[in-house]
Amino acid sequence: MTPFVRHEGRVAALPRVNVDTDQIVPKQFLKRIERTGFAPVLFHDWRYRADGSPDPAFELNPPAAAGASILVAGANFGCGSSREHAVWALREYGFRAVIAESFADIFYANCCQNGLLAVRLVPGEVRELFARHARAAGRYDVVVDLEAQTVVDDAGFHAAFSIAPYHREMLLAGLDEIGRTLLEEDRIGAYEQARETGKGKGETW
Amino acid sequence: MKPRTLFDKVWASHVVHGLPDGPELLYVDLHLVHEVTSPQAFEGLRLAGRRVRRPELTVATVDHNVPTDDRTLPIADALAARQVGALGENAREFGIELFDLASPRQGIVHVIGPELGVTQPGMVIVCGDSHTSTHGAFGALAFGIGTSEVEHVLATQCLVAMRPRTMEARFEGAPAPGVTAKDLVLALIGHIGTAGATGHVIEYTGDAIRGLSMEGRMTVCNMSIEAGARAGMIAPDDTTFGYLQGRPRAPAGERFTRAVARWRRLASDEGAVYDTRVTLDAASLAPQVTWGTNPGMVADITARVPDPAGFAVAAEREAVERALAYMDLRPGTPLEGLPIDRVFLGSCTNARIEDLRSAARVVRGRRVAAGVRALVVPGSQQVKAQAEAEGLDRVFREAGFEWRNSGCSMCLGMNPDILASGERCAATSNRNFEGRQGRGGRTHLMSPAMAAAAGIAGHLVDIRRWA
Repeated sequence: MTPFVRHEGRVAALPRVNVDTDQIVPKQFLKRIERTGFAPVLFHDWRYRADGSPDPAFELNPPAAAGASILVAGANFGCGSSREHAVWALREYGFRAVIAESFADIFYANCCQNGLLAVRLVPGEVRELFARHARAAGRYDVVVDLEAQTVVDDAGFHAAFSIAPYHREMLLAGLDEIGRTLLEEDRIGAYEQARETGKGKGETW
Repeated sequence: MKPRTLFDKVWASHVVHGLPDGPELLYVDLHLVHEVTSPQAFEGLRLAGRRVRRPELTVATVDHNVPTDDRTLPIADALAARQVGALGENAREFGIELFDLASPRQGIVHVIGPELGVTQPGMVIVCGDSHTSTHGAFGALAFGIGTSEVEHVLATQCLVAMRPRTMEARFEGAPAPGVTAKDLVLALIGHIGTAGATGHVIEYTGDAIRGLSMEGRMTVCNMSIEAGARAGMIAPDDTTFGYLQGRPRAPAGERFTRAVARWRRLASDEGAVYDTRVTLDAASLAPQVTWGTNPGMVADITARVPDPAGFAVAAEREAVERALAYMDLRPGTPLEGLPIDRVFLGSCTNARIEDLRSAARVVRGRRVAAGVRALVVPGSQQVKAQAEAEGLDRVFREAGFEWRNSGCSMCLGMNPDILASGERCAATSNRNFEGRQGRGGRTHLMSPAMAAAAGIAGHLVDIRRWA
């Protein structure tokens, strides 16, 4: 997994609440058996009109949003389906961080597995980012710093965010979680053995 | 000892090890696998030279993208065929049991787990699917995970998880006739919102929950995720044990008796504390129907389409405006009487035998309205066989419904069963997101009886006034 330490980049703003993973990658594109090939279909039904042409009204399509790598969105981002394809698509498109007031649980976990930093800010801070993005006509950059746990711009915006230490370390190190868990083999084996001999925790609740 | 909740007991008994900085390594008793969220996980194992640690605790089926019409033909969609084929190859290579398209036990993963009896009280169950919460109806802790976590569970039989908070959702009183499990859970989601239970495991309690069959309890737990919950749970009782007894993979004989004695101890202790509580009066609830583009946008069938101007928060107001534009609905329009084009009876929410019986009672001796296309997709091939043994397929067919093989079908439209743009559908499924059932399609979620009645009438109806 690509580590995330600090990233400076262009903001794309998606001021909608409850953006579900069906919008991020619609179901007709879930038939691939690879982790790749999802960037072209990111936000497909919003991004493209029925005839296949880009919808100029969609937030990622204006020229100012080209190359955006930090998505700022409304509350409860990533709700609905567990499809990790949503995170793969955001990463492949070029996003390194998503900033919102809140995220759905499974989506958040999927972000941590893929080096996509999900940053929770308070509603006023998210509103301020939307306002600054609008004032700059979409040509707005910020710095997301995971070590410092801050989001800043060069015009005085400064927000601190919290993140579980485990997730922070995982992202900073680009950790292979499976490799780490396999190091616990003795404990897993002991747990299984206790269960099989009727002495496990599950016998008594 | 401090009184503990059902969740506390299941969680504590599965902690292998507490990791530094918070999360815990949780043991998984049952891992359910389907074709859409698993191929990349198996590929990851192959690339790293890893094996499946406990193939015998892993059960696979194909459900999401499979066609529901003629099964003797090859799958026409090449990509879908490749994905189904990949699961077959992965199951063989890694030694996992697979209920494939030829199996009489194939079906939606959340329908076949309970049906087989592999879903049992006190277990931790995961699957790369958000509706894994369904299995919580048995007093299991069951939740959806992403593909990277699927790979993690395949390789280690464990999951690294942060302990969620708990919420008690209590339903007091007995629901009125025509008010079903679906209406209870839709009313809850409407009340707390689509993110109302984020970070929480909901335990459903109260007389109205105790009074539900296992089918009804599964419907309630299934939609926990639509309130943002990590999982939903219901304490096991005689209804649960009665359902499990005699299932092919449930313990039998003396082992079953011993298991029941253990399972009885799972119920939350008197005085156990939840982080949050919410209480709804089930007796005063009306049948529910969604009007918008998430399951929290729901109202009594007797209500009218809301006016965005009535929403004080700007973000919410904009979301409602957007939803009404997508749904082509004007504020103030009565929901009852809204014309529909399609009916979908199916999904892991409402395609078990009881759901089909309930819909068939409404349909019997009637005809689907002119211009309406209606589809019944049983939740599993076993449900289908049971329904056919009871003659329900004839009831549906004679009324003009299409009678299909099992799969997720039009709940998410990965297979050829989709809505055309602009079509309005009365659906028994779980999500009314934009494009969920087909780009431009408009979904109204409701109970099986309400959806069946809408198909007959050609518009949304209040099932309580259905003759």
